[in-house]
Amino acid sequence: MNDLATLESDLLGQVDAAPDEAALESVRVSALGKKGAVSELLKTLGAMSPEERKAKGPLINGLRDKVHGAIANRKEALAEAALERRLQAERIDVTLPVREGPETRGRIHPISQVMDELTAIFADMGFSVAEGPDIETDFYNFTALNFPPGHPAREMHDTFFLKPDQKGERKVLRTHTSPVQIRTMLSKAPPIRVICPGRTYRHDSDQTHTPMFHQVEGLVIDRHANIAHMKWILEEFCKAFFEVESVKMRFRPSFFPFTEPSAEVDIQCLRKGGEIRFGEGDDWLEILGCGMVHPNVLENCKLDPDVYQGFAWGMGIDRIAMLKYGMPDLRPFFEADVRWLEHYGFRPLDLPSLVGGLTS
Amino acid sequence: MKFTLSWLKEHLDTETPLDAIVETLTRVGLEVEAVSDKAKGFADFTVARVIETRQHPNADRLRVCIVDTGAGEPVQVVCGAPNARTGMKGVFAPVGAFIPGKNLTLGVGTIRGVESRGMLVSEMELELSDNHEGIIDLPEDARVGTPYAAYAGLDDPVIEINLTPNRPDCTSVHGIARDLAAARLGKLKDDTVQPVKGSGPCPVAVKLDFRKGDEHLCPAFALRLVRGVKNGPSPAWMQRRLTAIGLRPINGLVDITNYVTYDRGRPLHVFDAAKVRGNLTVRRARDGEEVLALDGRTYTLDDSIVVIADESGVESIAGIMGGEHSGCDENTTEVLIESALWDPLNIAQSGRKLGIQTDARYRFERGVDPAFTVPGLDLATRLVTEFCGGEPSEALVAGAIPDRGRIIDFPWAEVKRLSGLDLPRPESRAILEELGFAIEGAGERAEVRPPSWRPDIEGKADLVEEVVRIAGLDRIAPQPFRREEDTVVKPILTLIQKRTRLAKRLLAARGLVEAVTWSFIAKHEAELFGGGDRRLALANPIASDLSDMRPSLLPGLLKAAQRNADRSFADVALFEVGQCFESDEPEGQTIKAAAVRRGTARPEGVGRHWDGGAVAVDAFDAKADAMALLTALNVPTAGVQVVPGGPDWFHPGRSAVLQFGPKNRIGAFGEIHPKILRALDLKGPLVGFEITLDALPAPKPRPTKIKPKLTLSELQPVTRDFAFVVPRDVAAADILRAAQGAERQLIAGIDVFDIYEGQGIDPDKKSVAIAVTLQPTEKTLTDAEIDAVSQKIVGEVAKKTGAVLRS
Repeated sequence: MNDLATLESDLLGQVDAAPDEAALESVRVSALGKKGAVSELLKTLGAMSPEERKAKGPLINGLRDKVHGAIANRKEALAEAALERRLQAERIDVTLPVREGPETRGRIHPISQVMDELTAIFADMGFSVAEGPDIETDFYNFTALNFPPGHPAREMHDTFFLKPDQKGERKVLRTHTSPVQIRTMLSKAPPIRVICPGRTYRHDSDQTHTPMFHQVEGLVIDRHANIAHMKWILEEFCKAFFEVESVKMRFRPSFFPFTEPSAEVDIQCLRKGGEIRFGEGDDWLEILGCGMVHPNVLENCKLDPDVYQGFAWGMGIDRIAMLKYGMPDLRPFFEADVRWLEHYGFRPLDLPSLVGGLTS
Repeated sequence: MKFTLSWLKEHLDTETPLDAIVETLTRVGLEVEAVSDKAKGFADFTVARVIETRQHPNADRLRVCIVDTGAGEPVQVVCGAPNARTGMKGVFAPVGAFIPGKNLTLGVGTIRGVESRGMLVSEMELELSDNHEGIIDLPEDARVGTPYAAYAGLDDPVIEINLTPNRPDCTSVHGIARDLAAARLGKLKDDTVQPVKGSGPCPVAVKLDFRKGDEHLCPAFALRLVRGVKNGPSPAWMQRRLTAIGLRPINGLVDITNYVTYDRGRPLHVFDAAKVRGNLTVRRARDGEEVLALDGRTYTLDDSIVVIADESGVESIAGIMGGEHSGCDENTTEVLIESALWDPLNIAQSGRKLGIQTDARYRFERGVDPAFTVPGLDLATRLVTEFCGGEPSEALVAGAIPDRGRIIDFPWAEVKRLSGLDLPRPESRAILEELGFAIEGAGERAEVRPPSWRPDIEGKADLVEEVVRIAGLDRIAPQPFRREEDTVVKPILTLIQKRTRLAKRLLAARGLVEAVTWSFIAKHEAELFGGGDRRLALANPIASDLSDMRPSLLPGLLKAAQRNADRSFADVALFEVGQCFESDEPEGQTIKAAAVRRGTARPEGVGRHWDGGAVAVDAFDAKADAMALLTALNVPTAGVQVVPGGPDWFHPGRSAVLQFGPKNRIGAFGEIHPKILRALDLKGPLVGFEITLDALPAPKPRPTKIKPKLTLSELQPVTRDFAFVVPRDVAAADILRAAQGAERQLIAGIDVFDIYEGQGIDPDKKSVAIAVTLQPTEKTLTDAEIDAVSQKIVGEVAKKTGAVLRS
């Protein structure tokens, strides 16, 4: 029996001393291989008497299991050590900067973003989006909107004209998106609720004016829409757009050829250090013009002003973008300076919605 | 329109404080632009007397004055004014006072060694005038210690309103007072002008010399002569009011016309009768006729302009400005006073044409009250005889005062229908009556007659506006106005609206930055990009490089990219989605999406990086943008033909047209043509694409939202690579198409994974390596079957393109 014990301690010693997988394998072969020391012992079991086998069998099998187990453990330990050494060697400088992905570099222009915001708000109030051409006829841009002949807006000084055609008629670059209201009323029966965003043009260029800018107008026509409704719509819009709990608005009687009664609307604000905040303060800031659609305009659109009524309003998209997001000047909107666009632009996935908030 | 508080109170009996008046003006639609209350800024300045002046010991030009300020001990002031002298009275500013003209607050000073405790000020230092000749020199009767503002009548706040063009009545202080009275701020005083009889007929006759159809240019012209006037300065109170609103007092006669203009909105003109030859004729000017006007400038007239002429020529530009020749000065002893009516549109157009803005034009182009033509003349006559003496003649009226009286049938319910405000009928009625409307009928409807001074009132809606603006728009409570449908919000955007929005998001997600560039570009730019149609040229561009409606977004984007490059931002990627113009008809306007990439602004990354070098953009970056856009917009790209050679503004060998067929082009991409770079002064590399969103096919309508059934094969796909050697001009697409055609069922995908030209390949050939993926559907393919398919592929590609398998 001493032989077995000696063999065992000898083999286990060899297993523990094996420095790598190859050495371990030769220990395994010398013990458990076909001609291995333990295998040879196992072979002797067959020639034994049952009693002898009963006594020696478990001892020899036990030896085999022990050696087997020791080899497996050693193998695991060696593999772990090898992995450890490999991992030690495999190091990267994780502080190296990665390339900015396209979705990080890309930008949406503030005008597009604000148009999406407007659409989200007004869609919820039952409005759809109407559009029309930038090049308009005198009828849609002026006459149908109750501009009298000789109105200053019809002068070259204020409005862009195209060159006269053979018949001597000259088209205009629309000076507001109101022609879209006319086109809508002429093509669709009431009830009407539309907003009309788009590019507009006036012959004006200085610090605060650009010859091209953007406007959004709203139009509601049905059999009962009145100023009280208009005030609600505009108040709800301002709260939603500027993302404030409350706004104070001031409706000042004013004059536009296409509305009667007409008003200009100021919004209460706080001006502080070049910043404007709404819902607080005691300054007033003009934000839009509005009014009940003029009976002459309704008649020009084949609607009976004693039956149909409604209201309309208009405001500058660029202007409300400036008020909300704090761009100090209008001109850079159209200069495509990437420094400005990166700073004031929006990321591609900044999708304004009412459920998720207009801004994140 | 400007006026002072005391002037307003001349017409309005009120105790209302200034702040409330200002607030009410804005509330009723007379928006207050500015209120200047000089008394506030002048609080520190008092009338003072110089007790003694001494020569300054250390400066020839300075004097040391001892000043009695009326409060406490006399004060020592160092003064450099040449007119400072013992005994004079002036205006004293103590230490601590703010001097507006110098923008400084006075401290105790030491001037050349002598202490100075305050200042005797000039008119310029108080911003009263440009006069800085010397310090203000007050008359002997000025009381020492009196606040200067009160002494000089500067304690009368000046209010400026921003008048809308529909309110001629409020070009007068009287009209403004009427609005305030209607708003319950006071009582309108009775300003009825007592008629002036005069003695003897007016010796100068007036002829309204117009062709038939032109009579509207001057419906009426009233004239009167006043003999024996002495044209000295107007009274101090009138001069103060005129000065306060920015007018320069000239002489009694001229000041009276200016005063009545503002007081009653009734412009007048005075001629020195001694300088008028013969009778007056009102007529169209003759082309080329000239007049030296009161502003000292000579105007050349034409027959669109109406004038008043005598036998020697034009004496006055009707309704706009008088002539220098017959103007009144201190030597005038006989004066002709004119009160006429002119056509608003004609005055506006003449004024614009001549570039003259005057108080008279401002009123006539809005529409002056015809009923006040003769009373206006009478009012002026009374003031002339009061200030200048003289004997008036009878008034002469050529033409006839038009009666624009009209009746509006007005149901009182109209107020609530349009405004939502349920106002008691008596209140509505009272407002209209206060404003001068005559009302008949006591029932649900009334007959309303607008007053002669309100040409803007046409119908019911105008009356509603009058009622609600005076009652106050703030009294209308917002009323919820929800969606009409009791359903979840339905989609509202049209296909093109959805595509426009999506295109912007997609292009931004590819690293492009959205620009918004002008809709108009230079003519030569339009021509370079397929435009330049004369129908799209502006008649009055704001600048020569913004003259034509753009046919393409590319010129604007390319120039923007270059501007950024010029600022050292060389690697820019810009896009725009916006309108372009093919004709001046609505159908000629389309929405295009375009992008340009410059330098190394590739989608994968920009500029140099440790992970890979800076790679210049090429046409494939532009193609990738275009294809990504089409895919995002749900346009089947498999059907898109890529035809080599794009439009003229692209490099002919490095660009392509995208189309569904020769008559169904949707866009193009490529490298920008070197000639375009030269013409627009650009530096490449620059690539771009442009797609017309309106030209894209709409998705086929489908009855359900269910996607086609997905069948997944249990069998493994097999990939085989082939390298073909083909002539260099063979298109990769032809090889792919031929290979695909070899075995439609089995081939699930083909891609080009290598292109090689150079050593080992004939110089006029190239190697194109493709990987073909076979997807068996029923059973695993045997080697023999795979070989057979490979043979078919090789054979088909060889047949269609002349390719040989690379050995």
